[in-house]
Amino acid sequence: MEKTEITQKKLEGLASDLYSQFEKGIVPHISLPSRTKANIEYSSKDDVWIYGDQETLRSVKTVRGAKTLLKTVYLSELLIKEHLRNNRGSTLREIYYISENWDIAKFHEQAESDRLIEDLEIVTALQREDFHVRPEEDGAAVFGPLKLQEKTRRGEKDIHCQEDVGEAGYQIPFNVDNIKFQSHDAKMVMAIETGGMYARLIENGFDEEQNAILVHIKGQPARSTRRFIKKLNVELNLPVVVFTDGDPWSYRIFASIAYGAIKSAHLSEHLVTPSARFLGVQPSDIVDYNLSTDKLTDKDVQALRAELTDPRFNTPYWEKQIKLQMDLKKKAEQQAFAGKGLDFVTKKYLPERLTEMGII
Amino acid sequence: MEIAEELAKQQKAISVAEFFEKNRQILGFDSAPRALITCVKEAVDNSLDACEDAGILPDIFVQIKRNGDYYQVIVEDNGPGIVPEEIPRVFAKLLYGSRFHTLRQSRGQQGIGISAGVLYSQLTSGKPTKVISKIAPGRPARYCELTINTAKNEPEIIKEEDMDWERPRGTRVELEMEGSYVRSRRQSVFGSLKSAAIVNPHARITLVEPEGNVEVFERATESLPKKAYAIQPHPAGIELGELIKLLRYTDKKKLRVFLKETFSSIGTISAQELCSRAGLDPEASPTGLEHEEAKRLLSAFKQLKMKSPPVDCLSPIGEDLIKAGLEKEFRLDFIATTVRPVSVYSGNPFLVEVGLGFGGELEKESRVEILRFANRVPLVYQQGACAVTHAVESVSWKNYSLSQPTGSGIPVGPAVLLVHIASTNIPFTSESKDAVADVPEILVEIDLGLKEVARKLRRYLSRQSVLSERREKEEIIRKILPKIAKKLSDILDREEPDIGPVVAKIMGNLLVFRRKVAQNGLTKVQIEVENHSDLVRSFKLHEVLRQEAVAVSPAAKVISLGDGYDYHWKLSIGPGESTTLSYTVQTDDAALGEPVVEGLDAEIVTGARVI
Repeated sequence: MEKTEITQKKLEGLASDLYSQFEKGIVPHISLPSRTKANIEYSSKDDVWIYGDQETLRSVKTVRGAKTLLKTVYLSELLIKEHLRNNRGSTLREIYYISENWDIAKFHEQAESDRLIEDLEIVTALQREDFHVRPEEDGAAVFGPLKLQEKTRRGEKDIHCQEDVGEAGYQIPFNVDNIKFQSHDAKMVMAIETGGMYARLIENGFDEEQNAILVHIKGQPARSTRRFIKKLNVELNLPVVVFTDGDPWSYRIFASIAYGAIKSAHLSEHLVTPSARFLGVQPSDIVDYNLSTDKLTDKDVQALRAELTDPRFNTPYWEKQIKLQMDLKKKAEQQAFAGKGLDFVTKKYLPERLTEMGII
Repeated sequence: MEIAEELAKQQKAISVAEFFEKNRQILGFDSAPRALITCVKEAVDNSLDACEDAGILPDIFVQIKRNGDYYQVIVEDNGPGIVPEEIPRVFAKLLYGSRFHTLRQSRGQQGIGISAGVLYSQLTSGKPTKVISKIAPGRPARYCELTINTAKNEPEIIKEEDMDWERPRGTRVELEMEGSYVRSRRQSVFGSLKSAAIVNPHARITLVEPEGNVEVFERATESLPKKAYAIQPHPAGIELGELIKLLRYTDKKKLRVFLKETFSSIGTISAQELCSRAGLDPEASPTGLEHEEAKRLLSAFKQLKMKSPPVDCLSPIGEDLIKAGLEKEFRLDFIATTVRPVSVYSGNPFLVEVGLGFGGELEKESRVEILRFANRVPLVYQQGACAVTHAVESVSWKNYSLSQPTGSGIPVGPAVLLVHIASTNIPFTSESKDAVADVPEILVEIDLGLKEVARKLRRYLSRQSVLSERREKEEIIRKILPKIAKKLSDILDREEPDIGPVVAKIMGNLLVFRRKVAQNGLTKVQIEVENHSDLVRSFKLHEVLRQEAVAVSPAAKVISLGDGYDYHWKLSIGPGESTTLSYTVQTDDAALGEPVVEGLDAEIVTGARVI
């Protein structure tokens, strides 16, 4: 069966479940795994974090539940009749605006429609790309010794991610399924949080020197970025390291690449690269390299504490690093290495760290 | 000459008018806006008192005019009028009045109010007060221009003549004074008349403001408040000096007669009992009692439990009129009222009434408005110093569903509180009659009254929340469920599902659900009856058929209707239980109306017509 047909059948299945609940006199409801920190657990099968057994019931017994179900069926109808039957698509934002005409089923904010799309992903075990729903922004940029082919509206295009691209690199499309890797000369994939560091490594020729595919993840990585990294890891069998700032928020960026995000744990198996490793900036680097720092704010400390209770960070490595950071009461940015000279990061820190990690 | 003798020359009596001339704040004339309010209030109180005494429904006209730098205050009533000889003293002598020496509830007590207005008027504008009064249709009206001779506290008549006046009877007073007219807050002429209208729903008050704007506070009832009668002092809480004074000046010859006649609530038996407790001869002359004996009598008063003073010396507003008054001036969702029994402090009977209005258009986030009244007179100033406010503050309102951010103090919420204290003698904190003193007995009564209405509010709110739960469910059912069903049928291209069974489940209703199976020209009909509520439901279920049915299970009673048959079952179904009825008819005759349920409310039944 074609993917579109499968998707359509699954969405109709949801509608027909509700329909038969009406017929049987059962109060119509959908049950979903509850999407909280307390309900994610480690799946040893795929080495990723997924939702546990706790479920929330969305039933028409309350006005809120009833409205959510009403919105769900309106949304299903849109996806079936407009998207899948006509082979068209909308962005998340557009869906929010489409609901303007849905009377009491109208979404109050985009977060609400986004959440409902995620719910449908969970219920149908599909991904929003299958519903022809796109995010507003495309994925981030890639620079490195990699040749790939992208299926575009103007046909298939071969692109080399050093030779055929500008200084900014190759931009990852929202549907990573349209990419085929052709050849590469890489030894590793490095995911980098900030644009400043990404540009520094390109300027210093780090990609050529170490045969690294550099991925600029632009803060919290989009789904397509995470899928692209996973694809590199699985299909080309390349090790993945993550290079971020040294603060609690950056550790969460790493966690979403390596362990999965709480919000999208239902997609962990498609998005997560369990073998990804954290490169830095580690709290211990602050001491070892005597980096210039900022003070931790109250919010930073709260976030660190929350991470100590987060099952994803429940490893001896993270416990040691987080506790060290709380003792130091300091955090450091990637750019802090510039204080030691512009070449310090590529000539000293990264080679040392990568050797320590056994990658080079 | 000795210094003391020198000084003695300067000693002289001070007239009460002179005293008040220098201490006008005591009478409530301390600021320009306030002077105007006090003056209007005093004149209106007099009018209301006079009308009540005469059994007339008050119709009071108030006008404020600007006259250069001064204001003219005109108050006119349809009361009984004042006889010509009395007019000068009523208006232009302080401490002259009819009410000071009687124990009876009235607005005015000391005879100061309006004369203080006259005094203030002549001090600030230098003009005399003009009075017109007429006592009967056939008689001429008397016109006077008056001032007060402050040195002597006696009226001075500037002008006096008879005249024609179109009113059948009544009194009109016109004063000119310094002042300042404010509106838009409670401490204003408008605000104080509005409050007066709430507790005097039998009065019509018309206000013409300086800009010509006319406000009419219409009456909410045609019946006059119960007339208050004068009574004797009650023995509870009387002080020794007062008792000695009464003993000395009585004309009664025997102690037991003195006791019975001088006090309320003392009869022949209790008079005897008091004498024997005090070790006094009931036949002795009261004037001859020693100081020690008077003391023993007083302690006997305290030992003996006396019955409460008679209520008829007081004129409470009553629960109905408090309600009418609140309804008239506010838009409210709920009103609770209570009238406390008569109680006594220091020999003075008093009674507390409380009203509480909730919801409607009242502000949700601001402090509760407190309307204070004493003998039907609104108290506008010095809220913080008043026993009513103190009693409100000490109630723990959180227990009664109003918020009280600091745990004590005036509560916050969409509510208005009305407290009326009626007494033969209201213990004000000062002569300006702004605040009631913290008399323990009165505080207790206000507290009890507040808690009574608060309990009623709590009951109302908890009932409301049950109702709102039901309303919420109705919203789902009326608006959302049909839409879900419609969308599902659109998506699946199937008939709209019957939402009846789900509705019954959500609403906790009785569900009647009929199914038909046709076979060999016969139709087997099955009726499922499910009780989704928490209560046992007992009722009759009717099916009206054109022909007789067979295989009726369980057996039903049948009544022939001429053109058909009424089958009915008497059913009683426990909570969460269900039962099935069935019968078989010829398919040709299977066209059926809705099943009919008899003996339950329509809103708790789904899937059947209710009769």
